[in-house]
Amino acid sequence: MNIFYYIAAAVAMISTIMAISGRNAIHSLLYLILSLLAVSVIFYLLNAPFIAALEVIIYAGAIMVLFIFVTMMLNIGIERKMEKKWLNPRMWIVPSILAAILLIDFIIALKNVKASPSTDQAILPKQVGISLFSTYLLAVEIAGILLMAGVIGAYHLGSQKKKVTHRYLVKK
Amino acid sequence: MLTVPIETQILIAGILFLLGLIGLLVRRNMIYMLMSIEIMFNSAGMVFIIAGTHWKQPDGQVMFIFILAVTAVEVAIGLALLLQVYHHFKTLDADSVNKLKD
Repeated sequence: MNIFYYIAAAVAMISTIMAISGRNAIHSLLYLILSLLAVSVIFYLLNAPFIAALEVIIYAGAIMVLFIFVTMMLNIGIERKMEKKWLNPRMWIVPSILAAILLIDFIIALKNVKASPSTDQAILPKQVGISLFSTYLLAVEIAGILLMAGVIGAYHLGSQKKKVTHRYLVKK
Repeated sequence: MLTVPIETQILIAGILFLLGLIGLLVRRNMIYMLMSIEIMFNSAGMVFIIAGTHWKQPDGQVMFIFILAVTAVEVAIGLALLLQVYHHFKTLDADSVNKLKD
C-alpha cells in the first residue's frame, strides 16, 4: 500500500515544482491541477474519501477553473503561433506521463483498498457531517458570514468604475 | 492499510508548503503568487487530514472544509483585485504596483 502513497507524493511534488517554475501561466495552472489531483489521491489513501472528492470538486474543479478563466481573460502567456508549439510533443509529454502515472496508481490502489479491511476504518461523510453541524455549528455560521463578505467584496472590486473625463479631453 | 509513518507524511506536507513559500517569494507575477498561496493552503489542509486520520477523528476533515471555504473567498477577492490591478497598470508585476497613490 505504501508504494501508492509515495508515487502520489512524488507526482504531487514534481508537478508543484513545475507549476511554480513555469513560464506560461496556463501550463503552470494545469500542472497545479495535476498536483491537486495527486494530493486528492493521497487523501483517498489516508482513508478520507469525502475530502478526496471535495478536493477534486472544489479545488481542482472550481477554484482552478476560476484561475484559468482569469488568466485567459487577461491574455497572459498566450502568444501568436502558439498552436504550433502546443502540437510539439515536448510541451505535453511530461504532464501526460505524470497524469498517466497518477491514474494507474489510483486504479491499482482502488482495487487493493477494496480488498483490504481498511475501508471500514475510513472516516465517512456521515461522521464528518454530524461533527460539522453539532460541534462546529458556530464555525459553520462564521464561515457563512465570511463567504457573504467574500461575495460582496468580489462584486465591489470586480465592478468596473466609470472613468470620468472632461468632455474636451475625450478623443473624437 | 497504509503504514507510512506520520513523520514522513508531515514531511511531505511540509515540502509542499515550502515549495509554495519559495514560489511566493521568488515569483513576482501576481497569478503565480496567488497559486503559491493555494499550494500553501492545500498543504496546511493536508496536515489536518493526516492528523485526523492518525487519531481517527472527523475533526481534521471538518477543519479542511473550513480551509476550503477560506480559500474560496481568498481566491475570489484576490482575482478581483488582480483584475483591477491589471486594468489600472496594464501589468501583473507585483513590484510595479508598490505605490499606493497613482
